[in-house]
Amino acid sequence: MPPLEQHAAPAAGIAPPPASGAPGARVIEVAHLRKLYGATVAVDDVSFDVYQGEIFGLIGPNGAGKTTTLECIEGVRRADAGRTTVLGLDPVRNANELQKRIGVQLQQAQLQKRIRVREAVDLWAALYPRAVDGRALLEQLGLTEKRNASFMSLSGGQKQRLFIALALINDPEVVFLDELTTGLDPQARRAIWELVKGIRARGKTVFLTTHLMEEAERLCDRVAIIEHGRLIEMGAPAELVRRHCPERGVVFTGEHAGLAPDLETIPGADSVRVEGTTYTVQGHGDDFVTAVIRFVAGRALTVRDFRTVIPTLEDVFLKLTGHAIRD
Amino acid sequence: MRGLLRLTWLEAKIFVREPLGFVSSVLVPVAIFLIVGRSFGPAADRSPGAQQFLARDLPLFVSIFISINAALSLIAVISVYREGGILKRLRATPLRPAVILGAHVLVKLGFTGLSLALTWVAGRRFYPVPLHAHVGGFTLAVIVTTVAILTMGFVVASMVGTARFAQLIGSLVFYPMLAVSGMFVPLASLPPPWAQLGAVLPLTHAVALLRGAWAGESWPVMAPHLGVLALTIAICLALTSRVFRWE
Repeated sequence: MPPLEQHAAPAAGIAPPPASGAPGARVIEVAHLRKLYGATVAVDDVSFDVYQGEIFGLIGPNGAGKTTTLECIEGVRRADAGRTTVLGLDPVRNANELQKRIGVQLQQAQLQKRIRVREAVDLWAALYPRAVDGRALLEQLGLTEKRNASFMSLSGGQKQRLFIALALINDPEVVFLDELTTGLDPQARRAIWELVKGIRARGKTVFLTTHLMEEAERLCDRVAIIEHGRLIEMGAPAELVRRHCPERGVVFTGEHAGLAPDLETIPGADSVRVEGTTYTVQGHGDDFVTAVIRFVAGRALTVRDFRTVIPTLEDVFLKLTGHAIRD
Repeated sequence: MRGLLRLTWLEAKIFVREPLGFVSSVLVPVAIFLIVGRSFGPAADRSPGAQQFLARDLPLFVSIFISINAALSLIAVISVYREGGILKRLRATPLRPAVILGAHVLVKLGFTGLSLALTWVAGRRFYPVPLHAHVGGFTLAVIVTTVAILTMGFVVASMVGTARFAQLIGSLVFYPMLAVSGMFVPLASLPPPWAQLGAVLPLTHAVALLRGAWAGESWPVMAPHLGVLALTIAICLALTSRVFRWE
């Protein structure tokens, strides 16, 4: 097999690992991963690397192959082809060794209905050679008062927090989170995001999957977009937006009419739409918004409302695939 | 080993918390034993058939009934755990697959023992006739029989798709086997094809082994039955390790 480096980057111009600080060591290496279910190709020639200390997100619609990819990396599933190493270990051959060093949260997994929170944490703690203090972990995750509650009596958010606790009990070097916030209300979701950022803050590497673009954008240092089992793009969210959706919009409402011709002369401006005294200026380039601000300030315009419309990962996905992620 | 003991103890506690499962697999057999036994009443004193039924056949039936119940409960638990992703979650830990399944075997063996002990204790107090069994040999026979039935349960649990039908399918596997096992009608009295079928089914040998052990038969005499059950266990374990589905 040829050296990995030549193949690890299927898309051009792959972003370096997290912008802050030096690139960490390579923690996960995936090269030409392929997985079939019968005749269906679930994952096709997927390659990427994940570096220490980053939150890496595998994003794409439901059924794109995210969970399959993740489970091949975790060693829960056996790939049909390709080379995968996690912390230098083969996920299938060195499964036992690897399980001790990673933390896993599985999509749609449950625990025994009548197991108590405390019992689950104690059992998990007993399974690993090295475990953190379960009591402190539950405290951190806000589950202390649920210690004696049975699993079936927990809310969706509490269950997910328990699964995070179980994923962290062995003080893992890499944490895998599969669709962690699916089905949670926005408040619980935000709370979980903070927890995940806390995991990174402790120097751990986080590998997650999500079909929520907002989640990916807020949480991930880098994302890989997967669709129909193929990896179609990879990079930091902001950089992907810049690369594929450079257009910017500025909408402002003032008291002045007839600004359109002048607005069109702003560097980078592409189009101007007017509704009464509300102007929507479309343009491109990093300096475009600044240019509009200069225009408004330079003419001492009175502005009642001013906002920017910046494309998101959602728009990137739409641009790359021709359809919205929820379709 | 530590994982096995912890998981076994935890699963046992969880099992007890499910009142319906505990009552139906541990207490119901005891109740059947006492109710059926006492319904004979004074008739037992007269008819030799009733006498033999009470002194030997009913206790044997109850003990194999307890084992089958344990297997049905095992099948239900495994399929519920599989459907809920619990098996998958447990597998993504350092626990070895054999430990995850082995814990359930130990739990079921434990509750089978508890149920039999309760039957024995209750029988001494409330059963119409005194029971004379060779306790040591019978205990061994019960363990072998139960392990064989439980491993057959694993094969069934590997095949059933959804938790909803798991117990029904399990019953359809075990009870017809019991019908031609010589438990109720001696094999010699069955129509030849049924007798031939019964002779090759593991439950028939389980019944013969239990009957022999109950009566204090010597082990060389029972060796063929033991052999068949050991073979059953080996085949079922091999099958399970190949076809068992974790999700």
